[in-house]
Amino acid sequence: MAEPRACPDCLRRAALLALFGPYIEKVATGAPGSRSPELLRLSNEELAEVTAPKVAAQLLARVAAIPERQFEDELSDARCWACCRHGDLYPDSLRDAPDAAWALIGHGDPRLLEAIEPFGTVTIVGARRATSYGREIARELGRELASAGMTVVSGLAFGVDGCAHRGALDAGGRTVAVLGCGPDNAYPAAHRSLWRRISEVGLVISEFPPGAQPWRWTFPARNRIMAALAGMTVVVEAAARSGSLITADLAADLGRDLGAVPGPVSSRASAGPNNLLAGGACLVRDAQDVLDAMLGPGARRIERSGSALDLGLAAVLAAVDAGESSCDGVAASLGLPAAEIAAALVRLEVLGYVSCSPLGLYSRTLLAPPPSALSI
Amino acid sequence: MLATARTFTLDGISARPVRVEVDVHRGLPGFAIVGLPDAAVREARERVRAALVNCGFEFPLRRIVVNLAPASLRKAGPGMDLAIAAALLSASGQLEWEALSRVALAGELALDGSTRAVHGALAIAEAAREGGAEAVVLPAENGPEAALAVGIDVLPLDSLGRLQGLAAGEWEPLRPEPLPLELGAVGAAPDLADLRGQPHLRHALEVAAAGGHSLLMIGPPGAGKSLAAARLPSILPPLAPVEALEVARIASACGRLTGSPLGGRPFRAPHHTISPAGLIGGGTPPRPGEATLAHRGVLFLDELCEFRRDSLEALRGPLESGEVSIVRVGSRRSLPCRFMLVAAANPCPCGRGEADPECSCAPAAVQRYQGRLSGALADRIDILAAVRQPSASEIGGGAGEPSADVRERVTAARERQERRLGSGRCNAEMTPGEARECALDPAAGALLAELYARQRLSGRAHDRALRLAQTIADLAGAEAIGEAEMAQALQLRRRDLG
Repeated sequence: MAEPRACPDCLRRAALLALFGPYIEKVATGAPGSRSPELLRLSNEELAEVTAPKVAAQLLARVAAIPERQFEDELSDARCWACCRHGDLYPDSLRDAPDAAWALIGHGDPRLLEAIEPFGTVTIVGARRATSYGREIARELGRELASAGMTVVSGLAFGVDGCAHRGALDAGGRTVAVLGCGPDNAYPAAHRSLWRRISEVGLVISEFPPGAQPWRWTFPARNRIMAALAGMTVVVEAAARSGSLITADLAADLGRDLGAVPGPVSSRASAGPNNLLAGGACLVRDAQDVLDAMLGPGARRIERSGSALDLGLAAVLAAVDAGESSCDGVAASLGLPAAEIAAALVRLEVLGYVSCSPLGLYSRTLLAPPPSALSI
Repeated sequence: MLATARTFTLDGISARPVRVEVDVHRGLPGFAIVGLPDAAVREARERVRAALVNCGFEFPLRRIVVNLAPASLRKAGPGMDLAIAAALLSASGQLEWEALSRVALAGELALDGSTRAVHGALAIAEAAREGGAEAVVLPAENGPEAALAVGIDVLPLDSLGRLQGLAAGEWEPLRPEPLPLELGAVGAAPDLADLRGQPHLRHALEVAAAGGHSLLMIGPPGAGKSLAAARLPSILPPLAPVEALEVARIASACGRLTGSPLGGRPFRAPHHTISPAGLIGGGTPPRPGEATLAHRGVLFLDELCEFRRDSLEALRGPLESGEVSIVRVGSRRSLPCRFMLVAAANPCPCGRGEADPECSCAPAAVQRYQGRLSGALADRIDILAAVRQPSASEIGGGAGEPSADVRERVTAARERQERRLGSGRCNAEMTPGEARECALDPAAGALLAELYARQRLSGRAHDRALRLAQTIADLAGAEAIGEAEMAQALQLRRRDLG
């Protein structure tokens, strides 16, 4: 495989972005013309002139004075590596964009970066304040897409992002987290253990050097990397004005597929994806929809039919299907002793037909029973 | 003249001996109490003076010094009035009682000389026995509870005025009848028959009671969580006589024993604003908290998510070790607190649950709220029961199985555990080593292994499932854990958040 390598100029760019963080923060308002992906198209000198005219020369000189040795030391101290747009390892899907990141700093297995190609990669984004529906769906999508061999890209944020990563990890699949700060900086801090798991089996990347802190503008910036990496971006839950929709716009601009998971029309959390669907985004009900849209209908099937059920289990499953979520509810609707129902629910859980929330409530998974059991 | 008397000061739930030395000599009239008295002890001056005068004694107009030995021990409470008065009478030559140094006295005095009940009479009587006293003189009200202590004469006294007669042998006090110790639940305790429908919750309660497992109930307000918790003591096995005495000693120390008979296992439901000290005990001298009051019974934490985090943290150690240890300058006290923890929580701040369309809680608020369920205390909880609002037909339906029937099964299961683990122990207390030695059917083992691998259970969750399965097998009277028992246990176990 290719060794992760980056030229000093590209590493200097990363250092410059970290140094100019607070200045760009003031300029990047999100209005057309001053969005962070647009600003990042500018060359070093232009960027400095636009964001910090008074101190531009001074800061540029400081960045230019950083010895190459220091980049290497910083990377190895943070157990990170870097590759730049002039290297072999740099994903081709990023290279074409006018605002491509100059260098990618990674933490984790660099081979995974080499393996990324648009048609094997799905980006899942959504609200940080997701409902339990959004979290469940994100996790399920992450799990199923990862087990179908896709690489799941997301942003390590609360809510949908974290669940998509967890789902992929559950399935033992590949997952890549793109951060808006240095890749060694587990942000948000509550996701430190998730960050650790991803960096052990997957990959954490960023265009910022180790130790760089996140700014408001760095999130739209990392969204453009997420959108560019994948052949399809799926929005799970997002409010009408949400950062996830920036990712969706960026993906559409790049000509990537855009998918959205529908939600109740009354749910504020699903307003974003519902609007996208109305605007012609691809309907995503499950991982199969994603695979069909990316690879063509039926090109890759998700094996989802579970093992056969006996009569008793099928009856319990039907009760959960009908909306009974508690053990008591199922027992009442079937008129059977609670102990029997409890045992049946655990067997269904083991078979993967139902899942249990931490509050002890059951819900159906996407797994369908085999046809023979359906007829009962 | 010098005279001494023996009395006690309450420290936690045990009584510590105090020697009262009274010296009456010439000098400016005065009354000083030395020996680290607290405010209540210092005020004994006024009570003793008034009681002496009102009982027809003479209050000596001389210099009176009362020393409470050992001088290094803090003395608290009004229970030393009687001993101070007796020693003062003796020192001023108004009481001829050669046995005074061989009996112990405790009691508060009213201004008219009558005696008032003190806290911890049972502990005082026991401490007097340990200290080699022949008899203990106590307020008449404390007589029945003090009589629970075997091997010491309890002399109930209703007024300071009758002390002379007692000393002279003019009247013989009747030995009080000891309080009846109710081992099982008393008649007025709420019965499990009130819980209608909700078979899963009943099952969870039964398993919790049978194995001593701590239980967390989650469900909307009004679904019957508190009702169920209050009925848990009624299905626990009756107290052993030794245990009943432990419960009585604690109740006595808190002054809760006088008058009413003590019924069965305690049930404590502190409000969620309780401080750590209120929950596990504290103060100087240490006073027992709710955890100790719930000893051998049930501690019910309603609205678990609303409790102060430091209160819950404080409960963690005691829950593990079965005792609260309070360290104060120069001393360490331990109070027993082997209770069953039962907690209840709403699914979200508004209580309706996220699945309910009426629920208006922000997801972040729900997450924060539920985050409290994952603390260190929750880690000690074995069983999770999702409680749902019972339907109208269930509430209107017939009464459920009465407590007595359930208790019979629970008691049988507990006996089976004691045979296996040794006396007084239950499945919830099994060490990880013991849990892994449980006899397991191959099918049950396979089920556990499969779920373990599928859901990446922690080692702790694995052992928890084994303990629960063993309890369910004990309830069923099975020799080994079968697949059905294991499946039930895996359903009942508390899930990890995340």
